[in-house]
Amino acid sequence: MNDAEERRPSPDALLEQARAETRGQLKIYLGAAPGVGKTYEMLSDARKKRAERVDVVAGIVETHGREETRALTEGLEILPRRGQEMDLDAILARKPEIALVDELAHTNAEGSRHPKRWMDVDELLRAGIDVWSTLNVQHIESLNDVVARITRVRVRETIPDAVLERADEIQLIDLTPDELIERLQQGKVYAPDQAQRALQNYFAPGNLSALRELAMRRAADTIDEQVRGHRKAQGENAPWAAGERVLVCVDEREASPEVVRHAKRIADRSKAPWMAVHVETGRSSRLTEVDRIRLSETLRLAERLGAETATLPGDSVADTLLAYACDQNVTQIIVGKARRSPLFEAAFGSVVRQLIDRSGNIPIEVVPEPVQQAGKARFPIASPWPALTSRGVAEALAMTVGATLVAWPLDVWLGVSNLTLVYLAAVLISALTRGLVAGLITGFASALAFNWFYTDPRYTFTIVNPDNVLAILAFSGAALVISALAARARQQTLAARSEARTSRELFGLSRMLTSATTEEEAASALARYAARAFDAECVVLARVGLEDIRQASTFAIKRALTENDWAAARWTLQKGEATGRGADTLPGARWLFLPLRTSRLIAGVVGVARETPLIPGERRRLAAMGDQAATALERAHIAQALEQSRVETEAERLRGTMLASLSHDLRTPIAGILGAASSLRTYGDRHDAETRDGLLSSIEEESARMQRYIEKLLDMTRLDAGSIQAHIEPLDPAEIASTVVKRAEKLAEGRTLQLHVEPGLPMVMADATLIDQALFNLIENALMHGKSGDVLLAAKRAGAGVVFEVLDEGPGLAPGDELRIFERFTRGGSSAAGTGLGLAIVKGFAGLMGATVSARNRADRGGAQTGALFSIEFPAKAAT
Amino acid sequence: MTEAADPKRSSPRKLNALVVDDEAPIRRFLRSALVAEGFDVEEAATVADAKKLASATRFDLAVLDLGLPDGDGISLIEPVRAAGAPAVIVLSALDDEPRKVMALDSGADDFVSKPFGVAEFMARVRAALRHRVQMQGGPPVYDDGRLTVDLARRIVKVSGADPRLTPREYALLHELVLHAGKVLTHRHLLNKAWDTGDADVQALRVHIRHLRQKVEASPDQPERILTEPGVGYRFVAPGE
Repeated sequence: MNDAEERRPSPDALLEQARAETRGQLKIYLGAAPGVGKTYEMLSDARKKRAERVDVVAGIVETHGREETRALTEGLEILPRRGQEMDLDAILARKPEIALVDELAHTNAEGSRHPKRWMDVDELLRAGIDVWSTLNVQHIESLNDVVARITRVRVRETIPDAVLERADEIQLIDLTPDELIERLQQGKVYAPDQAQRALQNYFAPGNLSALRELAMRRAADTIDEQVRGHRKAQGENAPWAAGERVLVCVDEREASPEVVRHAKRIADRSKAPWMAVHVETGRSSRLTEVDRIRLSETLRLAERLGAETATLPGDSVADTLLAYACDQNVTQIIVGKARRSPLFEAAFGSVVRQLIDRSGNIPIEVVPEPVQQAGKARFPIASPWPALTSRGVAEALAMTVGATLVAWPLDVWLGVSNLTLVYLAAVLISALTRGLVAGLITGFASALAFNWFYTDPRYTFTIVNPDNVLAILAFSGAALVISALAARARQQTLAARSEARTSRELFGLSRMLTSATTEEEAASALARYAARAFDAECVVLARVGLEDIRQASTFAIKRALTENDWAAARWTLQKGEATGRGADTLPGARWLFLPLRTSRLIAGVVGVARETPLIPGERRRLAAMGDQAATALERAHIAQALEQSRVETEAERLRGTMLASLSHDLRTPIAGILGAASSLRTYGDRHDAETRDGLLSSIEEESARMQRYIEKLLDMTRLDAGSIQAHIEPLDPAEIASTVVKRAEKLAEGRTLQLHVEPGLPMVMADATLIDQALFNLIENALMHGKSGDVLLAAKRAGAGVVFEVLDEGPGLAPGDELRIFERFTRGGSSAAGTGLGLAIVKGFAGLMGATVSARNRADRGGAQTGALFSIEFPAKAAT
Repeated sequence: MTEAADPKRSSPRKLNALVVDDEAPIRRFLRSALVAEGFDVEEAATVADAKKLASATRFDLAVLDLGLPDGDGISLIEPVRAAGAPAVIVLSALDDEPRKVMALDSGADDFVSKPFGVAEFMARVRAALRHRVQMQGGPPVYDDGRLTVDLARRIVKVSGADPRLTPREYALLHELVLHAGKVLTHRHLLNKAWDTGDADVQALRVHIRHLRQKVEASPDQPERILTEPGVGYRFVAPGE
């Protein structure tokens, strides 16, 4: 690589600049303490801008009842608040050039879109609106505990350092401590009684000097940072030593956030990137919920402070950490140290000691745990063990009883010291199956039992023989070691099991997803697996169109999503960011929503709800599952879209056929009627009687034909609309058959219409009108396609039911037509006539009466004679 | 309607007609009308039957339905023409312009859209037959009292004055008057009035509009040069 190439601006730096150009500019008025005049200064500047005809709007301004400040707001456009809070949407809608947003560190009321005001500001900036805001130095996250040490007041409202670092301009509002104190005494900051108290505590002159120095340093740091950022974009090399990286070890202890803040300061001082790492050992599965939450909070704190965070699985914290540190070229490791007795550390070892011993050339900085928290240091292995119940204790003791029962008969053959082996076996089993504490209990009880039953004098706890004293001691030692080893083995087994479960989950899920062909199947696979894996309620929402989602699947869901939940899920879809419980946006919600991302788009959203929030490891597992499901969802979505368009094409084709049928079948009779009528009118006297009669009957027949066609269309429409109510009643098959034959005789035009009804048929459960029309359509069909042959209507038994059959002597059905022929607009091959609706109506009517239709070629006619057979069968249960 | 019987009376032989349609009621009333007008009528329901009849008989008129069970009526135009020189009328659906044009371009004289009355049908039949007779004589002079077109001498007068037609307008009017009563497709007119093949229907419409302005009494409500939507134009003499 040559020099020129090396000094070219890095793409990341240029990207950062490009992003900043479309973003609004953030200007922060930074002060050392309340009352230095930040808001006043901001408002003065705003008035100047306004005078220059810049569109400035006050989103929210806190005057704290200070008259001179309030006076400055006059003439400024102040947007009304939404409740107590700033109306974010109103500003977004108003879209001014500059929005004034006082008190950047403010915490929004419950139920607001973002928990923190700086997040609102971020959204304004993203919308391209410039924001001016105010901030006191004690609200800066990384300085939080420094300020707390100086003033003995811990400020709860903090903002991530990154917000400050991204500010485009920082204006330090400086006031000497004397001036500020004077202002306080004049009552310009607080009411007089409050002011007096403030002067004694927070505003003590020593405090103010320290805070002022902090504010000045922080402002200087940021300006320095910006200058450097500029130089980087210009292509100049970064001034810091290459590859400086800080790693901080995070655990669940209460002091951990303190360690993280410390690491941030160290990293800042050396301008180094830094990372916060937690090592998940078998121990992690035994953390209490409180610990888990604290751990995830600490990791998030680190993220907010600008660290890269990672959670690594491993057996040994020290080894895993060091391996990772080497891999990442870490130049400094920072670790918190628990206050424990040296004796404890000698017995159990300590992560810090191991780190120092094995770190090689990486410097380790140990941050001591503050004194007031030392008392809460935990026994490292035993305490968060699945709480030992009285049942657990009883089981541990039962192991001793069992061992005694086994040892008792063996006493005759074995030496007393050999019997300890039986007890050791009991200890081993106890520790392996129930853990360290149980093993220790069994060991202790066994030592007592052994003493009582087998050492002379027996049935006392007195020991006479020195050998036996030795035996008891050896036994106790062995029991202790075995317990520890067995418990460790169990831990590893558990960890391995959980690991195996994770991979099993992912494998099982991916198999389910592979076979999923619809969005519903893919969504339900994800919902089921996620719900089981995290023992939580789970909902999967699939993307609809560009901006919306629909519920595709749920599992173990207790309460349906509320309006707010839907809004949160949509937000996740639109922004591609996590929302809800444990996320930055809407953290108070019941659900946590994660986007389901593919390389192309966000295919949907997965939501989980559980009593306790997901820990970072679980969230990562959920994200991994989501990634798999996203691809499957997208694939299914595309497949469904294709299917949908196929169905639409089919519907289009059907509509086309329908139109063709309409135009042909309605026009043909009309042409006949109109032609015949006009011929009679024009040539009436020239026609002979026979011609006149023929033309008149043409008119009659064609009118009847059109009537039948219209009836069919109406029937079909009513079937489609579901507006036909079958009135089912017991009917006599013989009567049905004779009625329809009589009506159909008009159609037969001299051809024979035969009727065969088996005697003694049971009644059928049918609708009189529907069965009559269905059979009429079958007969009409048979006459049309049966050439000039006879048509036969038969009614006979079929099992316990009744079947009506219509037989013709036509060419029969083409192979494969048996089912197709009942679809609408399907016409038999022999003739172009017919509406293609008759048989579809037969099928629809039969379905309404619970009967089935079928068509086949006749096999009863000998030789080369052909014919078709259509049947309507009423099953036994419908017959009485 | 007595003049309608003229062809029969002027000819020593009875005219004969072939009616091809798969619908019996249509055949029935066509036959009734043609018989009343003095024709001998043969009927067929399929392409196959029609071909058989056409090969055996020389018809003066063929009435062909376009949609037949075993094929298209257009395919019958050539066989019936091969046997004689009949006037050919096709029966088509109202909204099937492409097939009407195809039939006309294949040599049919005219079309009737179903449904239709016998008066309309017979008017088309007479126009087609008269046209056949005229084609055998010399080009006549058209004169309706207002508009005079002397096809032989190529003179046009509107109320006695020269309407000053361009050569292309005259070519169009000449063709329309020559085939008075008969529909002429766009393509037919384009072929007659344009030497080059690059003119389109749009250009034709423009020229027809100019022509109407010069020869029609009220160009916005034309009475002589009528539009057949989607097909072409027809020149209609008064009383047709």
